[in-house]
Amino acid sequence: MSRPQEQVVDATQLPSYAFGNRSLMWWGTFGMMAIEGMVFALACIVYFYVRTRVDEWPPDALPPELVWGTANTLLMLLSLVPNEWTKRAAEAEDLPKVRIGMWICVGFGTAFLLLRTLEFTALNVRWDTNAYGSAVWMLLALHTIHVATDFWDTTVLAVLMMQDRIEGKRYVDVSENGMYWYFVVLAWLPIYAIIYFGARVH
Amino acid sequence: MSRDIPVGRGEPSPDENGKLERAWGTPPGLVGWLSSIDHKVIGYRFIVTAMAFFAAGGILAALMRLQLAVPENSLIGPDLYNQIFTMHGTTMMFLFAVPVMQAMGVYLVPLMVGTRNIAFPRLNAYAYWIYLFGGLMIYTAFALDIGPDAGWFSYPPLAGPEFSPGKRVDFWAQLITFTEVSGLLTSIVLITTILKLRAPGMTLDRMPLFVWAILVTSFMIMFAMPAIMFASTGLITDRLVGTHFYNPAEGGDAMLWQHLFWFFGHPEVYIIFIPALGFISSIIATFARRPVFGYPVLVLSMIATGFLGFGLWVHHMFATDAPELGKSFFTAASMIIAIPTALQIFCWITTLWNGRLNFRVPLLFVLAFFFILVIGGLTGIMLASGPLDLQVHDTYFVVAHLHYVLIGGAVFPLFGAFYYWFPKITGRMLNERLGRWNFWLFFIGFNVTFFPMHHLGLYGMPRRVYTYPANVGWSDLNAVATLGAVVIAVSMLLFLVNVIRSYRSGARSPHDPWSAPTLEWATASPPPVYNFARIPIVASREPLWGPSGIVGRVDGLSMDPPENLVTCVLDAAPDHRSVYPRPGIWPFLSAVATTVLFVGSIFTPWAIVWGAVPVAIALTAWFWPGKDEIDEHLALERKP
Repeated sequence: MSRPQEQVVDATQLPSYAFGNRSLMWWGTFGMMAIEGMVFALACIVYFYVRTRVDEWPPDALPPELVWGTANTLLMLLSLVPNEWTKRAAEAEDLPKVRIGMWICVGFGTAFLLLRTLEFTALNVRWDTNAYGSAVWMLLALHTIHVATDFWDTTVLAVLMMQDRIEGKRYVDVSENGMYWYFVVLAWLPIYAIIYFGARVH
Repeated sequence: MSRDIPVGRGEPSPDENGKLERAWGTPPGLVGWLSSIDHKVIGYRFIVTAMAFFAAGGILAALMRLQLAVPENSLIGPDLYNQIFTMHGTTMMFLFAVPVMQAMGVYLVPLMVGTRNIAFPRLNAYAYWIYLFGGLMIYTAFALDIGPDAGWFSYPPLAGPEFSPGKRVDFWAQLITFTEVSGLLTSIVLITTILKLRAPGMTLDRMPLFVWAILVTSFMIMFAMPAIMFASTGLITDRLVGTHFYNPAEGGDAMLWQHLFWFFGHPEVYIIFIPALGFISSIIATFARRPVFGYPVLVLSMIATGFLGFGLWVHHMFATDAPELGKSFFTAASMIIAIPTALQIFCWITTLWNGRLNFRVPLLFVLAFFFILVIGGLTGIMLASGPLDLQVHDTYFVVAHLHYVLIGGAVFPLFGAFYYWFPKITGRMLNERLGRWNFWLFFIGFNVTFFPMHHLGLYGMPRRVYTYPANVGWSDLNAVATLGAVVIAVSMLLFLVNVIRSYRSGARSPHDPWSAPTLEWATASPPPVYNFARIPIVASREPLWGPSGIVGRVDGLSMDPPENLVTCVLDAAPDHRSVYPRPGIWPFLSAVATTVLFVGSIFTPWAIVWGAVPVAIALTAWFWPGKDEIDEHLALERKP
């Protein structure tokens, strides 16, 4: 019996990068989002758990002021427009548009962090007042870490995209950075609802 | 070996080989050593480190057995004893059991799926260093008499600021951060490797069962470990900055800790157990010399176990005031999980029944697994029932049960795996005679140590007591248990001797000393730095059994800079090439910076702010591409 013809895949004919869930970077980002999403979910559960432990809610505190949190939420939703625009520009490998889009996103990130600082001053409760305060601060602090790291990632990538010679896989990085931005904004929506309206709705 | 190794047909020339070694290998010197990102180097270090912690945890266990050998013993005082049992449990669960399973995955998975290196190799190196530094931190604290002393599950209020002042529990809480960051990152690395880097033709239903086991485990880690990270963060903030998560006086609840801890802690048992199932399936196929019976049943059982494992946590809390209806649910769920485990055991029995058995040491360890795990499983069914659990809660009955399940379910298969894969990792065989001594002494010593503990528990001996009076009837069984521990210690010593002797002068191993079916045996022992000179194209579940298992090869991947093949998730069709990063020092330096942040935060919360600066700098430097690197990559670039 003769051996069947040996198959040969010629890898030189294959592309050297790919977008979306074809890329390794998508899977790495997806893994981080799954883990961090789980952490957020647990933080939300803890909020409702401690809520069952007391009769009055919020205990010994006024609900957080709505103004900065709501302003930040609206701004985050608005940022999805330049984020999507940049993501598409990256997938089309349109460098000038990517550069503009990245810096717009950096600008939004800066604004988020400034508003977030104001949010912390308007919670009407300290982390060490009671378990309610601890849960609220934990939720806000966890999300702030994500805003801060996403801001830093985006800034580093924006600077990198200003170089003369850009590898194709950098566009994949920009595209995945856009996906992660969606995660940071969309994860905020339930957290916003819980922090600001969990203390108002009975 | 006369058998044709198909991949060998693509052997590189010596010239090519040198190029590959330079492109993929570990650079010389200390900095080079710290810069390595080869999954085999990292996996090997991971395994050795985990085994060193296993030895440390074992010595602590031996000390406890010596203390308990006779009643009213004064060898170890209560304070040190508290630290010792806490360190023993913490070491075995967080520094040995999970890391060693992931470490085996890091070493073996890329070889088994036929790829040249793991996905995100720098992240993999970073995860290793974080794990090592966390372990060194907790042992340094222990050596300075600030080792944790509130038990491996650190229940508040005992572990809270009021009853555990000082830094002991803070070190414990940060150890959790270290080990879980490492475990979570490694799970991302493994999932991506398994789903995206399989050799062409290795569809999901041709994946080796060990690879399936690691995939299921990695997903479980992703969803279980965040719970313990969150819990320990809440504990440390309660202790350091005055939050009240677990403080009932201010609206918190100590039960919240138990829920969060066991939402992690029960899946943890399966995170340790499922990789062992993968070892067993690999070893049984090879030593029964036939494909494992019921491949789809085994895969689905592991996935089912992965899901059900998340629905059992309250069975650790039957002695609390959790709602009775809830407890009944968790009793039922705890019994249901016996079904997929039983299905797997029946599949293996069928395989063995129809096989031509080759009674070598790896198979002995697997057969011992059946014996020990079944006993552990039976006491598990007993403990799953709330009323019985309440009677033996916090007694030696539970200690006996958990050691039967964990040592029988995971450590015995792990030792089998060491005997099985040692030739692949080192190029030399472990000594068979010493191996049999190692096995029998371990098997007998284990049962002599732990079987009497069932009785001690039923006679009412509580866990975590540093001594007991002479007149309560526990003395004889404790003496027997200590005798058994001495036998285990001798067996472990023999294992160590065997490893060291065989590593130096054991019989040389060919590619495939066991005539095994999976791809890791297609390459040399030890494998070259690039694993496979030519990535094979596979066409069956047992690619090395039969002439049509490997049907071709992948050509045209760059040697230098190193390139790898990325394939599609389901059918593993070739999709694109991916350039690999070169070895670099930044993952190591990033881990050092992260360690400073984590350890610093035990002493001041501001460390999180100031410590973040060096971490950000190191991570940015890690990400930043060099000029030459960009040129090299552009030369290879081809748009999608």
